[in-house]
Amino acid sequence: MNRTDRLSLAHLWVAIVAFGIAAAMAFMQALSRASLDLPWRSAKMYYLSVTAHGVLMALVFTTFFIMAFGYVVVTRSLNRAPVAPGVAWAGYWTALAGTLAAVWAILTGKATVLYTFYPPLKAHPAFYIGLTLVIVGSWCWAAVMLLSYRAWRREHQSAPVPLAMHGMIATVIVWLIATVGVAAEALLQLIPWSLGWTTTVDPVLARMLFWYFGHPLVYFWLLPAYVIWYTVLPRVAGGKLFSDPLARLAFVLFILLSTPVGFHHQFMDPGVSAGWKLLHTFLTFAILFPSFVTAFTVTASMEVAGRMQGATGLLNWLGKLPWRDPLFSSVALSMILFAFGGIGGAINASFGMNAVVHNTAWIQGHFHLTVGSAAALTFMGASYWLLPRLTGRELELSLLARVQPYLWFLGMLLFSFSNHITGLMGMPRRVYDAAYDGSAAAQAWRGLTEVSAAGGLLLFASAAFFILVMVGTALAGKKREPEPILWAEPLHPVSPQRTLLDRYGLWTVVAVILVLIAYAYPLWMHLRMVRFGSPGFQPF
Amino acid sequence: MNVAFYEKIWMWAAGVLIVAFLATIAVGVAGSALQPPSHVETIDPTKVWNDPRFARHGVTVDERGVTVVVVAMMYAFENPEIRVPAGRPVTFRITSVDVTHGFQIVGTNGNTMVVPGYISQFTTVFRDPGEYLIVCNEYCGLGHHLMSAKLIVEPEAARP
Repeated sequence: MNRTDRLSLAHLWVAIVAFGIAAAMAFMQALSRASLDLPWRSAKMYYLSVTAHGVLMALVFTTFFIMAFGYVVVTRSLNRAPVAPGVAWAGYWTALAGTLAAVWAILTGKATVLYTFYPPLKAHPAFYIGLTLVIVGSWCWAAVMLLSYRAWRREHQSAPVPLAMHGMIATVIVWLIATVGVAAEALLQLIPWSLGWTTTVDPVLARMLFWYFGHPLVYFWLLPAYVIWYTVLPRVAGGKLFSDPLARLAFVLFILLSTPVGFHHQFMDPGVSAGWKLLHTFLTFAILFPSFVTAFTVTASMEVAGRMQGATGLLNWLGKLPWRDPLFSSVALSMILFAFGGIGGAINASFGMNAVVHNTAWIQGHFHLTVGSAAALTFMGASYWLLPRLTGRELELSLLARVQPYLWFLGMLLFSFSNHITGLMGMPRRVYDAAYDGSAAAQAWRGLTEVSAAGGLLLFASAAFFILVMVGTALAGKKREPEPILWAEPLHPVSPQRTLLDRYGLWTVVAVILVLIAYAYPLWMHLRMVRFGSPGFQPF
Repeated sequence: MNVAFYEKIWMWAAGVLIVAFLATIAVGVAGSALQPPSHVETIDPTKVWNDPRFARHGVTVDERGVTVVVVAMMYAFENPEIRVPAGRPVTFRITSVDVTHGFQIVGTNGNTMVVPGYISQFTTVFRDPGEYLIVCNEYCGLGHHLMSAKLIVEPEAARP
């Protein structure tokens, strides 16, 4: 094992452990929502575990996995060790220390503010400081990624950057632009307030800064998954990437459009005028486009793979695909789930119509298809592919690995679809008990909360299989010469020259201009308005 | 950039679909003034009970229409039972005295965040008389799931 792989593995294990803990929390929540009376069930435990689940899944599991994968992409696509390994390790320890501080605050009941931590709910300072350290750690990673690219570029003046690295650079740029918002919220508002240095906080300003970060956060999860779809999947399926230039274009469009869309999370907020919400709506719909392109290119790449295995006719290429390979099935199933997630996302973004679904169970149904499937299931599949290649150990318990993606798919169908329906019936999200004193409306969604709990059971079993395979492989996998990590080749020869699409400085400037158009004026107007701060509350 | 024929068709179709979605929204905005609640008005959250805008909460019916003034707090809405007439525009004005809450009338499109320091306002018409459940849909503490109220929409004739 070389030193860089040790770096990747260190990140990967934090991701796996965070995932395991968060999955256990989730199972308990699904049972609680169905009003199943379990001995340890209490409101305090429920909201605490929702907080832990959100933070560990959405922020810790994803970020650590993405950092691990980023280093793999540097070593295996640029064929060089990441520059400044000291900075990379410093980032790892900083993010890990931050995670431990935040988790300590959550598990001791001092930070039951959910992963969105809207003030004036006030958590222990360790929670905010811990999450800030996770972000700071990720900035170290971002710096190492960009410096490694620059070092490679100096030696390869005119070659196009490998596609996997192109996607990861897009991820890094989106992340750097996005985290400015949450860093401002934490450093200027929440940390001084939680330490008692300031007495009040403006909750709408905090929400603006949070969602400035919160939506591009979604693309921070999604883009590495797309990198896997574009550059790993076609090869594992035995084929080639259908269109290299369109894949590159999609990543550039995400750099441009990921951030200036955050108000679509605040449609129902007072204090933000409708005109600016409408502008963000238009930009939100524009960002559907690169995902449409991705859906075509990746599906076409699968067809290419099927035909290269000798399939003929309209659809029998589907049967030639390696459905027993856990990476392939994870990605293919996550794409199917994500198609529903994308359609739901377009509905959420539909301005006035958002009133029907805002903060209902529909929303948790929605994002478990996006981050919970497109990202998480892809990352699990990628772990089956990655761990043997990094450790030189064969995948242990491979039958569980083969079954696991299908179990996740089935569990997610039950969980997500039932939540979409109960959401439309009006059941709010994030409630300990949805019985509402036996009101007629609440009676109507009762049966479906049990379907959701059944989905939760399957998802939990699936998550447990994943953990067993990972731990089993690390402890007992047969040692052998590791297979190389190879990226998909394009179907058509690509230009040997770098194109406009890897001029990242230019795209970053355009992205920042779009952010300024979408945010500068409303933020300025907001700060000029007569506002009254809120003191903090700790009702937990 | 060399793009395959079918993919070109797909990309055009995606573009047309996105424009169609946006056109639908634009028609809703221009035609029926369909907008999310986006009122901009601030209030001192520590002095809500003394503020003339919220001193008299409950339902007021006058020549301008029906106005419902609601105060949200952990873990109740004041008033817990709201009676409004069917078929007339009803304007809700809501604020919070503590943390951020939600105000969602289950089975309708009445839905808004309630953020301390700000006044939420939206207008809607209830066509069907009956009893509706109002829930808080933003986590506000350990009693969040207990925070609810009742909206009773009365047939127009039932009121003087």
